Amino acid sequence: MMCEQCGNRTATVHFTEIVQGEKNEFHLCETCAKEKGYAAYQFMTGAFSVNQLLSGLMNLDPAVKQRAGSSQTRCESCGLTFSQFSQIGRFGCAHCYEAFAPGLNPMLKKIQSSNQHVGKVPKRQGGTIAYRRELTRLRQELQTRIQQEQFEEAARLRDQIRELETRVME
Amino acid sequence: MSLEDYLAQNSATWLKDDGPESDIVISSRVRIARNLRGRIFPMLATDQDKQEILEAAARAAKHSALSKLGPFELFAMRDLSEVDQQVLIEKHLISPGLIESSGGAVLLRPDEEVSIMVNEEDHLRIQCLLPGYQLETTYRLADQLDDGLEEMIDYAFDEEKGYLTACPTNVGTGMRASIMMHLPVLVLTGHINRILTAVTHVGLAVRGIYGEGSDALGNLFQISNQITLGQTEQEIIGNLHGVARQLINHERTARQHLLQTNRVLLEDRVCRSFGILAYARQIDSKEALSRLSDVRLGIDLGIIRGVSAGILKELMVATQPGSLQKAAGQTMTPEERDVRRAALIRDRLRADPSSSLQ
Ligand SMILES: [Zn+2]
Ligand SMILES: [Zn+2]
Repeated sequence: MMCEQCGNRTATVHFTEIVQGEKNEFHLCETCAKEKGYAAYQFMTGAFSVNQLLSGLMNLDPAVKQRAGSSQTRCESCGLTFSQFSQIGRFGCAHCYEAFAPGLNPMLKKIQSSNQHVGKVPKRQGGTIAYRRELTRLRQELQTRIQQEQFEEAARLRDQIRELETRVME
Repeated sequence: MSLEDYLAQNSATWLKDDGPESDIVISSRVRIARNLRGRIFPMLATDQDKQEILEAAARAAKHSALSKLGPFELFAMRDLSEVDQQVLIEKHLISPGLIESSGGAVLLRPDEEVSIMVNEEDHLRIQCLLPGYQLETTYRLADQLDDGLEEMIDYAFDEEKGYLTACPTNVGTGMRASIMMHLPVLVLTGHINRILTAVTHVGLAVRGIYGEGSDALGNLFQISNQITLGQTEQEIIGNLHGVARQLINHERTARQHLLQTNRVLLEDRVCRSFGILAYARQIDSKEALSRLSDVRLGIDLGIIRGVSAGILKELMVATQPGSLQKAAGQTMTPEERDVRRAALIRDRLRADPSSSLQ
């Protein structure tokens, strides 16, 4: 088998990876594998797939292209254009997330499980975010308890909600 | 500690110690990507920008709660020789991307369980790497380091998108958790593909290095989370945990089954590989890795006695180009490295004095 990158040396480095049920194979010669980065390291971190996955999505998915609007859309904070982003697969700054949101959101739905972060919130700077999340959770639970006619538990939750609400106000 | 100490073969805990379930799980790793608020990401940043990021990280390492988790030493990539950089990569302490980025640096802790890359693809990449199967401990450590840094650093964070990263495949938690597993018998019996395809449907990715044909090189697989947005850190770790447990059980069952039904096949394979490693005069890295995998299996099953089980991961790192050349104190051609590699493995096998085949 020949190297899929340069096409003129024998492929000796073979990578297989399975991402979300899809199998990708890479067949490279030693030289090209080295150029792509250290094979062993790539194996540890899977840097290969990320690029492949992204560029694949952006080049093939008409929905992404269409929603992105003009590929000349530019982030005013760092100057990156959407078409540059789709080639590199990297943003230039945090503001790019807003600037390219129309093109980015359908893409995130495909590569991630949702559009909404539910994980960790920074302790110091997160401020009231963690409290507000807890409030949402408690209010949902309160509704369930009321529906199930567990009024004692509901009363306890209501007190908890009030206490949290005052803390958020402060 | 000097740089030379960090480059020494056995300074890293993950290479030195075994850890839980070490017959199957080589190491557990958690990486967290963070960026500073209002700062251009390293890809477009000027040298001046990167210098300021570096100073902010160094300050935090000295004066925040992070300092209690240290000590940390800072190494700038531009001060390191090419071979030294390569050794740090082979020990999984830094990534190749860090070298390519001008202004790249790393904060290292002497046990090498913690490394914080500065100015790689993201401003900060916290990495924790522990031996064996201890994903939760690894995550807790990374989480503490993150809290420590945040005492003094404002992160780029968005309530909806979470921690904002240079690549959208990391946005949200910014976390990539992974375990490296040695699964020789699942490969030998051909069950591996079916099992791995199934596990990837729960938002996980599996990677292996393959040699000619379909044999996975070294039978080493890396399982990691693919999703970073829409799941909590605990859910991600939990998913990985569930799959790892299954794989450990499958591999152990397969080993016992094969031992009962085809002991000769297994012993022959293990002993042939031991013989080659004990006597070869030149060997390339791919063959070395697959022979070492056989020997390791032989040790786990009691076919080979008196050789320490750590030999696979130890030599997996030590026989790579950078580490070989570092130990030799000179640069070498690939052919010279093959000779040197074979000698190193022979010496290592004889270093365990009572090594024998049962
Ligand atoms: Zn090639
Ligand atoms: Zn931008």
